[in-house]
Amino acid sequence: MSQIFKQGLVCPLDKNNVDTDQIIPKQFLTSVSRDGFAEALFYDWRYLADGAANPEFVLNYPQYQGASILLTRANFGCGSSREHAPWALQQYGFNVIIAESFADIFFNNSVNNGMLLITLSKTNIELLFNRCAQGPQQWQIDLASQEILFGNNAAMGFNIDPDIKQRLLSGLDFIGSSEQLNPQIAAFEAQRRANLPWLG
Amino acid sequence: MGQTLYQKIYHSHVVGKLNASTDLLFVDRHLIHEVTSPQAFSGLKLAGRAVRRPDLTFATMDHNVSTQRRSLDAAGETSRKQLEALAANCDEHRIPLLDLTHPDQGIVHVIGPEQGLTQPGMIIVCGDSHTSTHGAFGALAFGIGTSEVEHVLATQTLPQQQAKTLKVEISGDLPEHVTPKDVILAVIGKLGTAGGNGYVAEFCGSAIRGMSMEGRMTLCNMSIEMGAKAGLIAPDDTTFAYLKGKAHAPQAEHWDAAVSYWQSLHSDADAVFDKTISLDASSISPQITWGTNPEQVIAVDEPIPAPASFSDDTKRQAAERALQYMGLSAGQKLTDCAVDVVFIGSCTNSRIEDLRAAASVVRDRKVAPGVRALVVPGSGVVKRQAEQEGLAEIFKQAGFEWREPGCSMCLGMNDDQVAAGQRCASTSNRNFEGRQGRGARTHLVSPAMAAAAAIAGKFVNVARLEGAAQ
Ligand code: SF4
Repeated sequence: MSQIFKQGLVCPLDKNNVDTDQIIPKQFLTSVSRDGFAEALFYDWRYLADGAANPEFVLNYPQYQGASILLTRANFGCGSSREHAPWALQQYGFNVIIAESFADIFFNNSVNNGMLLITLSKTNIELLFNRCAQGPQQWQIDLASQEILFGNNAAMGFNIDPDIKQRLLSGLDFIGSSEQLNPQIAAFEAQRRANLPWLG
Repeated sequence: MGQTLYQKIYHSHVVGKLNASTDLLFVDRHLIHEVTSPQAFSGLKLAGRAVRRPDLTFATMDHNVSTQRRSLDAAGETSRKQLEALAANCDEHRIPLLDLTHPDQGIVHVIGPEQGLTQPGMIIVCGDSHTSTHGAFGALAFGIGTSEVEHVLATQTLPQQQAKTLKVEISGDLPEHVTPKDVILAVIGKLGTAGGNGYVAEFCGSAIRGMSMEGRMTLCNMSIEMGAKAGLIAPDDTTFAYLKGKAHAPQAEHWDAAVSYWQSLHSDADAVFDKTISLDASSISPQITWGTNPEQVIAVDEPIPAPASFSDDTKRQAAERALQYMGLSAGQKLTDCAVDVVFIGSCTNSRIEDLRAAASVVRDRKVAPGVRALVVPGSGVVKRQAEQEGLAEIFKQAGFEWREPGCSMCLGMNDDQVAAGQRCASTSNRNFEGRQGRGARTHLVSPAMAAAAAIAGKFVNVARLEGAAQ
């Protein structure tokens, strides 16, 4: 049975090594709130020095307005650990990112916010960029069957860690599920105090 | 089969299993700072959760602080609010905080080791990617996001999956004027910025054994720049000597037991790594980045490579774009390029040894006309020591600005920024587009190389700077 996890318009960002300083520059990190980062997304690329939208940046193209799936290349999200990066992407509207690879911390941060990050081979990423070159794309993601559906029965499979898949499908509370191990945590603390008393 | 150091630390911290491949690990030390913690504290409050182990949590102010004046409002209104939020959260949850009134305040990755909070065998986390620095002590230390900060505050644990292991073997002796910064830049150049993705790297070999703790920290600090989850160095007598007597290190009655435990923390002789790379230290020259990611690096006397020389087309495109942003062209020599700004600081290179290396180049010389040069010590401890040793005086007399501790121009969250189009010789760790200011052009170098650039007014091989001090 097919079940659509997410669907939407795809925006292709044809770049490697997009770092979190690009996703959200530092001047937006002084906020103490979790909201209000959509405008800051890709700030230095998205806006010209005078604050006007940069017509040459793909996010500003008319055909990609309202996109919710981001297609990009290798090592996306490298650099700083700032969770403001996935917050900005999500608040802008992206809840699926497809790339050749992701930096570790960015990957975890995104998953912890319920975003789906799909890793594909270089060849498959190339095929997806080719599709986008033919015109705006609306794709559906079936997480249960691990497929990207292009319409007309065309699809591409993807791999995902089973634990992450389970978390995304069930929407489990990140902290809550660890708290179920509270007795084990207490036991670990007691043992640690006995064996390595200087650690406190 | 034996275990690697990483595997030993990982296994000794498993509290329980969460899922088929996910373990819950206990966290020995949680370091926090103003930028990545406020949303975690609000999350706790919203869910009605307490901080489980405030005694294992430690806070500092660093990213946002002004390095001109030690005052909360010196870096602007929104920064002040964020610093005040940290102080209020630490107060409410009884978390120790080195605030701006504390003489030891500084960059989180400088003060952790200085205070003895960083110890071998620990799992250390912080909402900051350069937490990898602490791996220099044989601790498993890595950066986390704000949701994870909240998770650690609430449970003192973190869900983890086992990473792959990478062995980085550095043999031989470092040539004169070649520093740990040059070693790590050379390793990143070889492996690439994503080469370590999914791995924990362990640095070993004779060159590592000969390094001071400061040098090892510089090395581990930048292991994140090759994509590694963490960098590790097995603890040895150098490590123990550094820790002895530090405020939070094991005290007299526990010291011997702690050391004998620490001595067990090394990869077994028959441990198998998933990947190994080796480098001969004696083949490394002073390094400098020419592009906009740390793998775009060359020896300072080499010409900038032509994009066409990269067989991988993604690397070729990245090189083309980087040259455009940096205002450079293939074949050009960086030793022909003038610098506008010199920044000596950051959690990579702001420790006493870094300042000594820079000062030995600067001594009895002057900063070239038109160059803005600043030294930002990593902590109050470093600053005091540098003043006592006369290093501050050497810098000031040469025309350097001598600042208060903080992250400063490493990321320019305060007013220490590089202007668009300006070229900066920086001892920090990231040369990303716009990192030091919109349009800023960053070249990563060692402290000695940065100092030499300040004096020459252009990039220069420190080994060739006329009459360079030893
Ligand atoms: S000095 Fe730079 S890299 Fe280090 S913690 Fe501060 S901002 Fe991050």
